[in-house]
Amino acid sequence: MTQSNRLPRGGRIDRSRPLTFKFNGQTYQGFAGDSLASALLANGVDVIGRSFKYSRPRGIIAAGAEEPNAVFQLGATEATQTPNVRATQQELFDGLVSQPTSGWPNLNFDFMGLMGTILGRMLPPGFYYKTFMFPQAAWDTYEKYIRKAAGLGRSPREPDVDIYDHLNQHTDVLIVGAGPAGLAAALSAARSGARVILADEQAEMGGSLLDGGYTLDGQPAAEWLKATLDELARYDNVLLLPRSTVNGYHDHNFLTIHERRTDHIGDRAPANHSRQRLHRVRAKWVVLATGAHERPLVYGNNDLPGCMLASAVSTYINRYAVVPGNRLVLMTTNDNAYRTAFDWQDAGREVVAIVDTRQGAAGAWQEEARRRGIKVLTGHAVIEARGRKRVQGAVVSGLSPDGSQALGSDQVLVCDTLATSGGWSPAVHLSCHTGSRPIWDDEVIGFVPGKTVQKQLAAGAVAGRFGLNECLEEGASLGALAATNAGFTAEPAAVPTAECRPETRPMALFCVPHHKRNSRAPKQFVDFQTDVTAAAIELATREGFESIEHVKRYTAMGFGTDQGKLGNINGMAIAAKSLNQTISETGTTIFRPNYTPVTFGAIAGRHCNDLFDPMRYTAMHEWHVKHGAKFEDVGQWKRPWYYPKPGETMQQALNRECLATRDSVGILDASTLGKIDIQGKDAREFLGRVYTNAWAKLPVGKCRYGLMCREDGMVFDDGVTSCLGENHFLMTTTTGGAAGVLEWLELYHQTEWPELEVYMNTVTDHWATMTIAGPNARKLLSELTDDIDLDRDTFKFMDWRQGTVAGVPARVFRISFTGELSYEINVQAHYGLHVWEKLFEHGAKYDLTPYGTETMHILRAEKGFIIAGQDTDGSVHPYDLGMSWAVKEDKPFSFIGKRGMKREDCVRTDRKQLVGLKTLDPGIVLPEGAQAVDDPNQPKPMKMLGHITSSYYSANLERSIAMGLIRNGHNREGDIVYYPLENGRVVEAEICGTIFLDPKGERQNV
Amino acid sequence: MSDVTNTAVDSTATPGVALMDQQPDDSVPARSPLHHVAQAQTGEVSANARVSIWEEPLKTHLILRGDAAAAGFREGVQAATGLDLPEPLQSQSKGDWSLSWITPDEWLLVGPGDQAFTMESRLREQLEGHYAVVNVGGGQSIVRLSGTEARSVLMKSCPYDVHDRHFPVGKVVTTVLGKTQATLRRLGDNDWEIVVRRSFADYIWRWLLDAASEHGVHTGPLLSAVKGQASHKTDTSTV
Amino acid sequence: MFYIYCPYCGEHREEEEFHAKGQAHLARPKDPDACSDEEWGNFLYFRPNPRGLYHELWVHAIGCRKFFNIARDTQTYEILETYRIGESPKLSQSTDQQQS
Repeated sequence: MTQSNRLPRGGRIDRSRPLTFKFNGQTYQGFAGDSLASALLANGVDVIGRSFKYSRPRGIIAAGAEEPNAVFQLGATEATQTPNVRATQQELFDGLVSQPTSGWPNLNFDFMGLMGTILGRMLPPGFYYKTFMFPQAAWDTYEKYIRKAAGLGRSPREPDVDIYDHLNQHTDVLIVGAGPAGLAAALSAARSGARVILADEQAEMGGSLLDGGYTLDGQPAAEWLKATLDELARYDNVLLLPRSTVNGYHDHNFLTIHERRTDHIGDRAPANHSRQRLHRVRAKWVVLATGAHERPLVYGNNDLPGCMLASAVSTYINRYAVVPGNRLVLMTTNDNAYRTAFDWQDAGREVVAIVDTRQGAAGAWQEEARRRGIKVLTGHAVIEARGRKRVQGAVVSGLSPDGSQALGSDQVLVCDTLATSGGWSPAVHLSCHTGSRPIWDDEVIGFVPGKTVQKQLAAGAVAGRFGLNECLEEGASLGALAATNAGFTAEPAAVPTAECRPETRPMALFCVPHHKRNSRAPKQFVDFQTDVTAAAIELATREGFESIEHVKRYTAMGFGTDQGKLGNINGMAIAAKSLNQTISETGTTIFRPNYTPVTFGAIAGRHCNDLFDPMRYTAMHEWHVKHGAKFEDVGQWKRPWYYPKPGETMQQALNRECLATRDSVGILDASTLGKIDIQGKDAREFLGRVYTNAWAKLPVGKCRYGLMCREDGMVFDDGVTSCLGENHFLMTTTTGGAAGVLEWLELYHQTEWPELEVYMNTVTDHWATMTIAGPNARKLLSELTDDIDLDRDTFKFMDWRQGTVAGVPARVFRISFTGELSYEINVQAHYGLHVWEKLFEHGAKYDLTPYGTETMHILRAEKGFIIAGQDTDGSVHPYDLGMSWAVKEDKPFSFIGKRGMKREDCVRTDRKQLVGLKTLDPGIVLPEGAQAVDDPNQPKPMKMLGHITSSYYSANLERSIAMGLIRNGHNREGDIVYYPLENGRVVEAEICGTIFLDPKGERQNV
Repeated sequence: MSDVTNTAVDSTATPGVALMDQQPDDSVPARSPLHHVAQAQTGEVSANARVSIWEEPLKTHLILRGDAAAAGFREGVQAATGLDLPEPLQSQSKGDWSLSWITPDEWLLVGPGDQAFTMESRLREQLEGHYAVVNVGGGQSIVRLSGTEARSVLMKSCPYDVHDRHFPVGKVVTTVLGKTQATLRRLGDNDWEIVVRRSFADYIWRWLLDAASEHGVHTGPLLSAVKGQASHKTDTSTV
Repeated sequence: MFYIYCPYCGEHREEEEFHAKGQAHLARPKDPDACSDEEWGNFLYFRPNPRGLYHELWVHAIGCRKFFNIARDTQTYEILETYRIGESPKLSQSTDQQQS
């Protein structure tokens, strides 16, 4: 293929570096410096996609972020597939592979095209709601095909091979946009010594200065641009970020910048190099210099390939040396767009006419056009484009001075390119992100940034100042102001002066009227991505949608991946007119982050794979791994779940672990339990206030179990606390509750009882904790200690002792969560593995069996011990649990939870209460969460009594056991309840006590 | 009061508090939180490495709690450690010991690994009033981060501003690191100390290695920073 | 993402370091047992939801672990002041003080 539209010279491309790329299966050539869009236009590719709803052929309209049509799927391999890439923003590289995302099964013919033709009238706004949503169940089927046909791109089916990262930035001044205003602002701020970040979404900084034609102080603008960038690059306090889109503006001047670090190099990033980076920036001050987007005019068939933005045509000519056609008709509401006709003519192609919508437009620009011999039709408009897959002609009609009616007879101008300019819409997107509503300005004929509480300034076109000199001066002065506000001494940088032709007043025109009313006229597209037409917006308002937010949602205007950058303002103007309101009265929808689509990779950064979430390990973790443990996530901890031997099923392993522990001795890594060291003379008083039971008399050397409740009386954590010294306690919490409990204790200490002298510190990680449990636990421990008297009457149940275990100073707690004779050995974590291994050395003769959390759960359930967070859910108080023994109501201080559990609802007798449940068929293990009913044959919805909270098969009891909540359960022992399961089966179970094994607690007291 | 005879509970220095020498003799191998990556710490610096990361294992870590305004606490700390209580976000160091501000009533004292019991005893002898001393040495470790790109590794890891203007040498900040937290102290222009919790040490280690990979990373101390390593015997056997 | 001045650390920190803990100045009744069900219910559950100035309790969870108060505009998310426990806000408005 030849680059038929490439000019022989000019542009900022490197003709010495030809690049080969693929689009839609065809191979093309472009040059380094091309965008994918400019390269396609250079090759004369007209149709680059098909439209969403009507499947109409579409071409490239714009040259920047606002492009709605040329949104492609990129990627040479499955793993590097990237959807939603705007060809206008994608730099060309050698070997680039791109596909249109729309137009399935192919660009030139598809069934949606057929549908669009046949069913066009049947696809009104709200067509999703009206057509596809019923019946609801079929939506899944419709959606799959609609998405495919509509071309929303696809995610890769293989893992992404690239890496992405985040960088946290702090800066005094962040300048968004490196056009004339942004560059001038950067100079002023940088010279003050402030930390400055200048970010621009394009590969080259310079903004409109890159598009050619301008002179500054009599020199080509490129010279000032280079000098400015060179100066900025020299400063240590300045970070220049090209290819970096400031995508989100969040509270308190937090902004995210999406930097594409290697997308211009190739399909994959180099090794160890992140492909994209998300900068998370906290800026003291922000200068928005985001410029403006040219607004296309809305007219019949304005979506034909060849219909383009005037400024985009100029950009392609000047920056890329590409003229996207031969014969141009330009329609404009303003002087500035005349530049495009002049550029076109300078490129050696024919300008058929400039169609100026203003009556009697006359001034320097019209003068220049006449000097160039270009035909100018004032007071006229293009009401309709003609052609099938490319513009072939423009239907021009007279226009009433107010722009409301097409007048007189039509003439058809033969052309292949139809450029339009309806003026410029400030790119106010970022200023909207924090909730600030933009304000309509009749002078600007556009929305400008509204009032904001952010430390934000807006310079240049985004503030509605479109002249180059205004932009430079305002940039310089606001850059200095931002630096000054950030605490620096700054002066506005001196800026050069541009020679500019004076401009006369533009006309506020959005939708060009046709002779027919809009609903009968050829389709006048407002939003190209979602195929919303002027008629559709009018229909929405007729159907009663008066709020612009509702019109947006009903028509889907602005819902595409371009967020309606091109069409929204036109849409609002059309809605306003249809509602007989001003645009100001109608208002605008507001833009939300992100400004342009961001890859999931950039959002995730390094928080993926093994680094997705912290994995917390105990000191004995490597032993567990080596011994084949399966792990369970408990919070962020990796806890051994069970230790299967080769060939064992999970249940077989659990049975073995349970039996071994009850018959001989088992060992559990309990290091993950939360541990809080509490010191101070008021520690005891503090415990009495936060636990439901009594602590006043717990002697040194003793341990006690306690329940913690919220103020509402509901249990939220439990654990054993030991008295280490008169003013020193060690509290244990649940594994998952550790951080929350400490924060809770601090909350009360800091805000309610600061007078209590107590300090709390986490020592969870400091101690390695191993529990040996079973009839042989004492024998085993006795082999490893000679300074702890293990005599049953000296070292009793719920005592703790200090001594040496396996040569390591240890605190040994005789407490039990299994109901067995049990010791919890605590040593400084550096020595945890040593002690653990010594226990195994000596434990072999007792068949010392490691058990995991699942066996722990079974053993404790056999004893009816609760797990806070499993058997409780924030709606269960100690009495519901049958644990009145753990509540001491007559403590002098009204402990947390006491008043709560006395509320009217909490003292009802028919509350859901924790009971034991035995299935009549001992082989059935009820699923946790199963709901009990009294009569399984009652009509649905059935009256539910409560759910199963814990359920296991107990090898020791050779049957299933369960605990669950049952309404009034404490008074229903012996009753049969029914559990209708999802599979239709109904399981009968008998209500019993929660203690299934050793009800007198003899085993732990041996 | 206690009705149990419990000779093992030692409260010689401070009545009512269980002071305990938690360190066994040298015959017992100690394993630091990053013991399993210690093998990688060869000490050879590769030519391209602009970041180096290593663990300073098995040091004494004592948490001191008290009221900085109370003379009995402030002077007691000075007498026991020779260090003044640092102001918020600051640290003091002298010889093998450093003292860092953690919270308005909390400081972290770090020193040689075999000194925990002696130092805690000395502190308890010197301190007066309402205070606490907690040995947390088993639950923490120190990761050192060094090199010309060390700061950029931290920028990838922490939301806190680590720029020279905002984080001068000597400053101490507890902040987010990856998806957990750590206490950062700047020891020099390109030299940082990161205090990590034991259970998170492996995650933080892997996180930092990953963040440093684009700069070239060396896992081991820079020669200039080797001195002052733990005096502890470490277990080099593999499990 | 808020940028919050911690009155104990004396500098601004990222929101990630903090936990929000709900309405500020919500004192636990001195004698809970003397509260009627309605009074206790109000203490437990009922919170104003003003548009505008609101005082909130936060904790510098990953940082100095101290609780403190924030006066925040619920519309703009501006933080107007932060102050330590035991201190009084400079800004106050009756709407969000009704509980304390």
